[in-house]
Amino acid sequence: MTGGVRLARLAPPLTLAILLGPLAFGLAGTALPALGYLPDLGGSDFTTQHFTELAEVPGIWRSSLLSIVIGLVTTLVSLGAVAGFVASDLGTSGFARMRRMISPLLSVPHAAAAFGLAFLIAPSGMIMRLVSPWLTGLDRPPDLLIINDPLALSMMAGLIVKEIPFLFLVTLAALPQTRHIETMRLGRSLGYGRVASFTFLLWPPVYRQIRLAVFAVVAYATSVVDVALILGPHLPPTLPVRLIDWMNDPDLEARFLASAGAILQLGVTLVALIAWVGLERAGGALAGLMRHNGRRWRRDMALRALARTVMGGSAAIVFGGIAVLALWSVSGLWQFPDALPSSFTWKSWMQALPRMSGPLGTTFSVALVSTLIALTLTILCLEREYETGRGRGGGALLLIYLPLIVPQISFMFGLQVLSIWLGIDASFPALVLAHLVFVLPYVFLSLSDPWRAHDRRHDLIAAGLGMSRTRTLVRIRLPMLSRAILTAAAVGFSVSVGQYLPTVLIGAGRLTTVTTEAVALAAGGNRRVIGVYAFMQTLLPFLAFAIAIGLPGLVFRNRRGLRV
Amino acid sequence: MRVDHVTDNQGLVLDGVRISLDGRVLVALDAQVGRGETLTVMGPSGSGKSTLLAYLGGFLDPVFSASGRVKVDGVDLTALPAEQRHAGILFQDPLLFPHLSVIDNIAIAIPEDVRGRKHRRSLAQAALEDADLADFGDRDPDTLSGGQKARVALQRVLVSHPRILLLDEPFSKLDADLREQTRQLVFDRARRAGLPVVFVTHDAEDARAAGGALHRVGQP
Repeated sequence: MTGGVRLARLAPPLTLAILLGPLAFGLAGTALPALGYLPDLGGSDFTTQHFTELAEVPGIWRSSLLSIVIGLVTTLVSLGAVAGFVASDLGTSGFARMRRMISPLLSVPHAAAAFGLAFLIAPSGMIMRLVSPWLTGLDRPPDLLIINDPLALSMMAGLIVKEIPFLFLVTLAALPQTRHIETMRLGRSLGYGRVASFTFLLWPPVYRQIRLAVFAVVAYATSVVDVALILGPHLPPTLPVRLIDWMNDPDLEARFLASAGAILQLGVTLVALIAWVGLERAGGALAGLMRHNGRRWRRDMALRALARTVMGGSAAIVFGGIAVLALWSVSGLWQFPDALPSSFTWKSWMQALPRMSGPLGTTFSVALVSTLIALTLTILCLEREYETGRGRGGGALLLIYLPLIVPQISFMFGLQVLSIWLGIDASFPALVLAHLVFVLPYVFLSLSDPWRAHDRRHDLIAAGLGMSRTRTLVRIRLPMLSRAILTAAAVGFSVSVGQYLPTVLIGAGRLTTVTTEAVALAAGGNRRVIGVYAFMQTLLPFLAFAIAIGLPGLVFRNRRGLRV
Repeated sequence: MRVDHVTDNQGLVLDGVRISLDGRVLVALDAQVGRGETLTVMGPSGSGKSTLLAYLGGFLDPVFSASGRVKVDGVDLTALPAEQRHAGILFQDPLLFPHLSVIDNIAIAIPEDVRGRKHRRSLAQAALEDADLADFGDRDPDTLSGGQKARVALQRVLVSHPRILLLDEPFSKLDADLREQTRQLVFDRARRAGLPVVFVTHDAEDARAAGGALHRVGQP
């Protein structure tokens, strides 16, 4: 077939360059200073000295171990909750309700969810207020270290509530590829309980499909910075937080240490991933043992209730947290243990808004531009895939996931060095490019399934009617897939809004977004201002999703065939 | 009407068409289908009869290898991309474009060289009237009945002025009454438009109703 969409030829190589170029250059830009080579700072000889220094930093191994444990526990709990919930409630009305909540839950940025959780569980937080003084007898906040606890429990909770909707989404996307309704019926007709039917029959093929997404969760949780700054332990903090401290150290020599640390982070994430593969094996063997003894596990109510509780609880925490953030942003005097502020005022908003307009503009424009680029490239790549029938293999998927599995911090350090060297740090295009590395995979992942599921015969009919590929794309495919396209755009937009590390490093403090400003407020602890910023941070992606859901419904209100 | 480099008036000529998969020949066919005539291709599912239609339409999956030539009125289609072949196709499902109104479903099929918004619209309206659907233009296609959808799909393909018409079991999902009616309508309009038709089916009664030559593929 010769008559394709011309531009589509360029899309796959360009996309790969955008995904892998920054990754490769960034890793090189991190590795060279780690080995002592950074001419601008007088490092011209290769040496392992910085790794030796790193090994002697007090508490460095504890920080590393903490990051590994956080990665594994976060993933295990969130994946367990999602799998348990799908097993116990697939096909029920509760399941449908949870499904509808995914988009708003996903749209909440990690930092905002973390702030929300902090506002709920802190010693002077909402939960303590609700039970005081009538239950606890307290009229002053208890002296407890709940947030920033040394075991990172609150940090893991903050990550879990956000990873659950993500894993739920990828699981839902994988389910239609299996014959899940028949499989569950078959299992139960053989006398197995729901959870056992799911675990033995449905989970293996589903897990095979979502495995890369799970790896991305492990990698993310071991290397996250913003959530750790808000909820994580202080003495010592997790490894990524220490790296950021060194990176921001006025003594530029600390950059060598930071770079060596970023390479260590690569190792830490790798160890966590290897440990996770070990857990997969162990889980598989355990399931095998349970299957072989033939027990039916019909009495699984306790397990089902637990999964449901964690699932519902995580949604309640995210939504409840946002509500408390909003409440704080308009509160006047609000003494402990009052459950509500004694007065309301717009003062915090009035004071914050003028200062916020710059970051807000940057947030919006970077998100918009990176999303539009990502969407165009994704559509052209998928069109090219349609025309050639190639490119949907496992290799291509791994490449798309790679920027999500390699720890951000390990290659963003190098990119910052590179951007300074090129003189493009704190420039708008550099920031867009840095965001694009993460926006593009998510846009691609959320659009590719509906695109591939689209009935090809519509295109064949259009070709038979004499319509060119470009015309078919514009007149038939894009309108029919408008809902999926807008959803992918909303996903890309919210990923960009939520980016902390790339913005801090490439924006270099001169280009700031609502997210970097909000996280910077964490140390200050002014709840009213945090409430304003974190609520604003939530509002932008939420609006994007509202448009994505509402607009096609409005435009195609008289088109029953396009309803979901 | 379309101006082609018409060198003869023989209709569709399949000259030594062979389609194979991994060295196994699925379809081997020499045939001539005159204007208004029908070639019926019968065979069990999986026998390669839909592959023949994909080959004629220009969207054969690259896993198949094909040789031979396809000509319509002397114009060689073999090397043309799908959108330049003008091979109209009807599937089992009507597959109306769900985002367009009924009349726009037809209007989008009218060739580009027909200029003028009003003119195009009146052509589409005339096509609707021809299908007894004069008042249905502004409707959401999804609100039509099965028979109405089938008629819109037929009009859509006819207004595009195809060189040939490919039928991929288009009646198999209709119930008996409607099936008879729709079948008659399709063959009647194809004859009237002078279209060579290639009709793929596994239903013996369909094959009888089509008349014309019969070619069997796969095991008997």
